[in-house]
Amino acid sequence: MSTPVSYLDNTGDDPAVRARLVVGDNDFHSVTNTVCGIVEQPRPPKFWWVAFAASSSLTLVLFACIGYLVTTGIGVWGLQVPVGWGYAIVNFVFWVGIGHAGTLISAILFLLRQRWRTSINRFAEAMTIFAVVCAGIFPGIHVGRIWFAYWLFPIPNQMSMWPNFRSPLLWDVFAVGTYATVSLLFWYMGMIPDLASIRDRATTKLRFYIYGVLSLGWRSSNRHWHRFEFAYLLLASLATPLVLSVHSVVSFDFAVSIMPGWHTTIFPPYFVAGAIFSGFAMVVTLIIPTRKFFGLEEIITARHLENMAKIMLATGMMVGLAYSTEFFVAWYSGNTYEAFTFLNRAFGPYAWAYWTMVTCNVLVPQIFWFRKLRNKTIILWVASILINVGMWFERFVIVVSSLSRDYLPTSWGYYRPTAIDVLTFVGSFGLFFTLFLLFVRFLPMVGMAEVKGVMPQAHLDRPGHRGHGDYHGDIAGVEVV
Amino acid sequence: MSTGNTTRSDRAALYGYLVAFDKVDELLVAAAAVRDAGYTRWDAHTPFVIHGLDVAMGVKKTVLPYIVFLAGLTGAAAGILLQWWTNAVDYPFLISGKPLFSLPANIPVAFETTILFAAISALVGMLALNGLPQLSHPLFSNRSFKRVTDDRFFISIEAQDPLFEVAKTRELLESVSDQPVEEIEELS
Repeated sequence: MSTPVSYLDNTGDDPAVRARLVVGDNDFHSVTNTVCGIVEQPRPPKFWWVAFAASSSLTLVLFACIGYLVTTGIGVWGLQVPVGWGYAIVNFVFWVGIGHAGTLISAILFLLRQRWRTSINRFAEAMTIFAVVCAGIFPGIHVGRIWFAYWLFPIPNQMSMWPNFRSPLLWDVFAVGTYATVSLLFWYMGMIPDLASIRDRATTKLRFYIYGVLSLGWRSSNRHWHRFEFAYLLLASLATPLVLSVHSVVSFDFAVSIMPGWHTTIFPPYFVAGAIFSGFAMVVTLIIPTRKFFGLEEIITARHLENMAKIMLATGMMVGLAYSTEFFVAWYSGNTYEAFTFLNRAFGPYAWAYWTMVTCNVLVPQIFWFRKLRNKTIILWVASILINVGMWFERFVIVVSSLSRDYLPTSWGYYRPTAIDVLTFVGSFGLFFTLFLLFVRFLPMVGMAEVKGVMPQAHLDRPGHRGHGDYHGDIAGVEVV
Repeated sequence: MSTGNTTRSDRAALYGYLVAFDKVDELLVAAAAVRDAGYTRWDAHTPFVIHGLDVAMGVKKTVLPYIVFLAGLTGAAAGILLQWWTNAVDYPFLISGKPLFSLPANIPVAFETTILFAAISALVGMLALNGLPQLSHPLFSNRSFKRVTDDRFFISIEAQDPLFEVAKTRELLESVSDQPVEEIEELS
């Protein structure tokens, strides 16, 4: 490769130099070409087929496991008294948490005017939706009798009963249901202008009609853009408290109970920080190979990866702080059961899971303090996978260690998952990756309209203008009040 | 390209004029000129949001936030009513002697329904105010207009505008852009 490294490197932190968000020799047209080109290839590349074959096979494993569960009963899982909550809730919390990074990037970073989000927000929002799909499966199947799944919803039924609205489990239904809906709306709305780009470049009738219908006849009118921008801002402002509420409500499932190790007020912020942490790790895990294989390195740049590493460092420290606060409170409260639970976590039968969690979630992110290490793509990628592992174990530790040893030593037990438990979980990754691969093949994975708006060409090119994207008194004939 | 001497029957079929720009600066200057000439039924078309263009065009602030606010209130009321009716009236749930209806326990669900209603109204309201979906439009018949979702900027003035005059409007557009002014025909 003849391109010198510095050409693509925009990770400098000299405050006098505004880092470019799109590197290389790109203009509006080349961005359109790069992003639409992926969708327009007549056939997906070979590596796509390989990945798709693997992920769709795993999806079949998931469906087979669910079929076995439904026809046989939840005895196929490793659930036993006292551990009546196992993989299903661990996987549910894990997948919902993954989704949070997408909303953070699309909504919270938008409100904070972090313009680097534009290259990765579409991608991260897609990941959110697919993660929530995977999460939604587990509560739906967890009692084995999926034909009763409608009991989750307040629907008039033959028993003339309503669900109990004082239960956090029902709050969860509303929180996750709203989250899935709002994420989908936000994702789709942001995509309308980009779908119109594909429509306008379409060379086949089929593509023209499909993307034409999906883009709803978008004609890039500025009067439309005005309302579009407002709707975007409103959705971002609504999604921000929503995403914070979702994992808070998920944590209520635990915190509202009287189980030692669960009954703590620290849970909502602790869960939200962990969710964002794990979500960013998943974004990084997916985006590093994707940008490489599809040649998006000039749009999803080294700086984007570095910024995400910094967020993982920050949220990883928050999670670490939460772990130590739990121990402090267990001791400071003077509550014997609470103190025992935490000593049991660190040194009991599940110590291996606990220390895996601490290593992956607290120690591994510390390497991001070093610029050299966080800017090495392969190191960042491996670290992100380890963080995903650690975050899954966090939920495992919380659920299983508390349940397996509570107040009465005579009712203690040791939880072991069965092969079906493990295969169902692995299969859910298959579903996640399958949806993801379909997304990168058929939909614009970078928000082109938003990326173009943060390129230098989108701003007035005249001396003295500081390039902040506003035109106050900068241009003759345009009066800006 | 026809010039100013169009007949009446031609004018009935005219949707308006379209002119292209290559640069953001040119578009902003042109938009301000069209605004100052007093036109009302005209538009700028851009591949992405250009800040400052709303002012340059004189676009009024949308009513969308009020719609979303009302929808949010409706959602909150719906969430509270649902919980009150189902758990306190239709099938009273007595749990640990707690009151049948107490607001604190009902906040999380009411919060979620507020967000849900507001978010749906933001998307649906935006589309409705924009008159979308509208799959067919006279502008789509123009070939160069296809680049509006790529890298080109356009201004269109509709023949329906009260100030529209075949010759004068064309002159105005020619004075602000160095690119040819194109006629767009109404859909037949």
